[in-house]
This record gives sequence, C-alpha cells and structure tokens, in this order.
Amino acid sequence: MSYLYFPGCTLKDKAASAMEKTALMAAAELGLPLEEIDEWQCCGAVYPLTEDELITLVSPSRTIFAAKDRPVVTLCSACYHVLKRTRQRLAADKDARDKISSYLEEEYPGETPVLHYLELLRDELGWDALKEKVKMPLEGRRLAAYYGCMLLRPAEEMAFDNPERPRIMEDFLQALGAEVITFPFRTKCCGAYLAVTEKQVMEDASNNIVKMALEYGAEELTTSCPLCRYNLEQTPAVKEGKIKVSFFSEPLAEALNLEVQEVTN
Amino acid sequence: MQKQNNAVNKLHSEIMERSGQDFYNCIQCGKCTAGCPVLSAMDLHPREVLLYLQLGQEEKLLSSKTPWICASCFTCGARCIKNLDLSRIMEAIRVKILRPRGAACLSPGEIPKEQLEKLPQQALVSGFRKYTR
Ligand code: SF4
Ligand code: SF4
Repeated sequence: MSYLYFPGCTLKDKAASAMEKTALMAAAELGLPLEEIDEWQCCGAVYPLTEDELITLVSPSRTIFAAKDRPVVTLCSACYHVLKRTRQRLAADKDARDKISSYLEEEYPGETPVLHYLELLRDELGWDALKEKVKMPLEGRRLAAYYGCMLLRPAEEMAFDNPERPRIMEDFLQALGAEVITFPFRTKCCGAYLAVTEKQVMEDASNNIVKMALEYGAEELTTSCPLCRYNLEQTPAVKEGKIKVSFFSEPLAEALNLEVQEVTN
Repeated sequence: MQKQNNAVNKLHSEIMERSGQDFYNCIQCGKCTAGCPVLSAMDLHPREVLLYLQLGQEEKLLSSKTPWICASCFTCGARCIKNLDLSRIMEAIRVKILRPRGAACLSPGEIPKEQLEKLPQQALVSGFRKYTR
C-alpha cells in the first residue's frame, strides 16, 4: 500500500529540502511509497493551546479530512506534532469535531492514523530489514540523535516514544551501522520560535545542547525538525565546524548509497 | 473597588477556562521550574506564575515577560506531579493580551532583513502564531 505524505511549509524551502529529497528517495528504495497529498495546506506549525480556539485547527483538520482513513506520514517534527494532536482532538472532542466538520462541509472520516517517517521504518519495515538494506554502513561515525520537544511531548497525546528515555532514533542510527552517542540533553528544547523574537535566549538554549553533545563525543547531531536544525546551527561550535547537524534522512540516504552529493544543499 | 475585584475575578476564571487547568492543584514543588530550558530569561518562574494565579494576583502575570519567553516546549507539563500543563496556562495569558483587536507583539518590520531571509518558514509561521492573533 502507499502512504499519504504531508510535506508542510518548510520542506519545500531551499534549506530544508534535503530532508524531503533524501527521505523520498530512501522510501522508494525501501518499498514504502509516499504519495503527496493534493493541495495540502500548512499545518500552522504550532498546536493551539487554548480550549476555545478552533479556527487554527481548521487547516490541520483539512489534512485529516482529506486523508479519509489512509495513514498520513510526515517528516517534520512540527507537522507531526500538530497533525497528531489535531487528530487526537477530533477523535475525542465531539463538539470541536462537529463544528469543524460543519465549517468544512465534510463528513468526519474517522480516525486517520498520523505517522512519523521513523515510525514507518520501525513498524512497517523493522530495524532488521532496514539493516539488511544498508549498503554503506556508517561505521565509526559518532552520530547522536536530537529529539527536541515536538515528537515526544505531551506524551499522552503524541504516544511516540518514552518522553524521557526515547530510543527510536538511536535504534535507527544503529541500524545504519553508526556508533550511536546517547547524550543527556537530547530531549531538551532548542529555543524554538524564540529564534524570531529572543535570539539570545534561543542561542543559549541551543548552545547548552550542542556543548553537551560535544562533551559526549558526538561528531554529528541528527534531527527531524527544520527549526531545531536551524537553531542548533547558530551556535559557535557548529559555525566553527566542531560538530555538524543533519536531517535524519541524510545519513539514511548515505547508508543506502543514494547519490548523496546531488541531494544535499 | 468592587468593580476592580470583578475584573480580576473575570480574568482568573478566563485563564482557568481557556487553559483547562485547575491551578489550585499546584503544590508549589518547583519541578516545572527546575526543568525549564529558558528559565534564566524569565522574570517570574513557572512556579511563581501558578502562585500568583492561586493568590488571585493575575495582573502581575499580564505585565510579566515570562509568557513571552516560554517556548512551549512542554517539559514542565511532562514533569509536573499534579499533571498540570503549564504551556496551556502560558498560552491563556498570551491570548488574553493578544486577542483584543490591534494587539500584537511582533510585526514583520521588526525582524532584521538578513535574519528574515535565513529563518526557516516554520520559525516565521510559529512566531506569528504565538505573538499575534
Ligand atoms: S511542577 Fe506542578 S505542582 Fe510543582 S510547582 Fe510546578 S505546576 Fe506546581
Ligand atoms: S513550556 Fe514554557 S514554562 Fe514550561 S518548561 Fe517549556 S519553556 Fe519553560
């Protein structure tokens, strides 16, 4: 079966297009075809956190309604967060569901699964099968997973992995043959949208993370969030080339030997 | 005086209703504050936000930097032993300030041009969602 793919606003942009290109190439190689949703709309990047705000739920709800009951797959952590929480809200809150359904003039299609690409690899393909597909194991490469916030929290709604001790990305990097570095701040916030309004606060938050990763011996941090990547890249250690930041699908494409030079920016 | 009390009471129940969080359950343990990644830039700690809500001194929150420094990282909520989602309380305070017509805490002209060109789309969309209505 093919999966519906929701790219979101940022992956069509120059800096983050590497994630989309490498992930789509790898998906085709791994027999997990992703089909982009027609006329998708931006999810809004943040989930509305007040009980009485429905208008910003409309746009992510359009994606859930359009999917009918087919699973929707995302790459970006923020898209995953917003779509998954919207899905949970629509499933649990009849009043919100009825209002949105009447606004969209569409029947609520039922509980559409929202999946992150990593879940697809873990649950549909499996780490052992991925390992078998690896042509160029990333031997000796000291890679650390950086989760940030959006994939994991709030844990009851996201139900992605253990919020304090996640392992999905470590298992993934291990399947690629890398030497996996697990460091303490991998679930700490990078400063998120403070990049727009409070640059120094964001840089301090990101700096703490990068310094900790370096202390644990990582040479590359890997993430699925374009904003995390941007923020981590504003730190001195990254600017000085002591450590680099990649999208998780870049080492994947590399391990599968998929013409990496052409697709990275 | 009566009028002022009514206004304060109204604000009190607005924050409780919009956030869906019963802040009287907070026992002031400080776990939320201990894990906050941007604490050093705040003028009120997350725990103090709950304290002023309990004391009925919400007006202190409306002039505080804290709701605007909060990055909605959901760490405090993950750690709170009373299961309070502080990110929702911070948002309820922000929307109280932002919803009246014309209120905004960010305009595109404020972002330096070279930063604007570099920032990912996601930063701009989330920034404007959080700082304007
Ligand atoms: S962790 Fe929860 S109970 Fe403890 S101070 Fe913070 S809000 Fe209150
Ligand atoms: S959600 Fe806000 S207050 Fe809570 S830990 Fe994160 S930044 Fe601090």
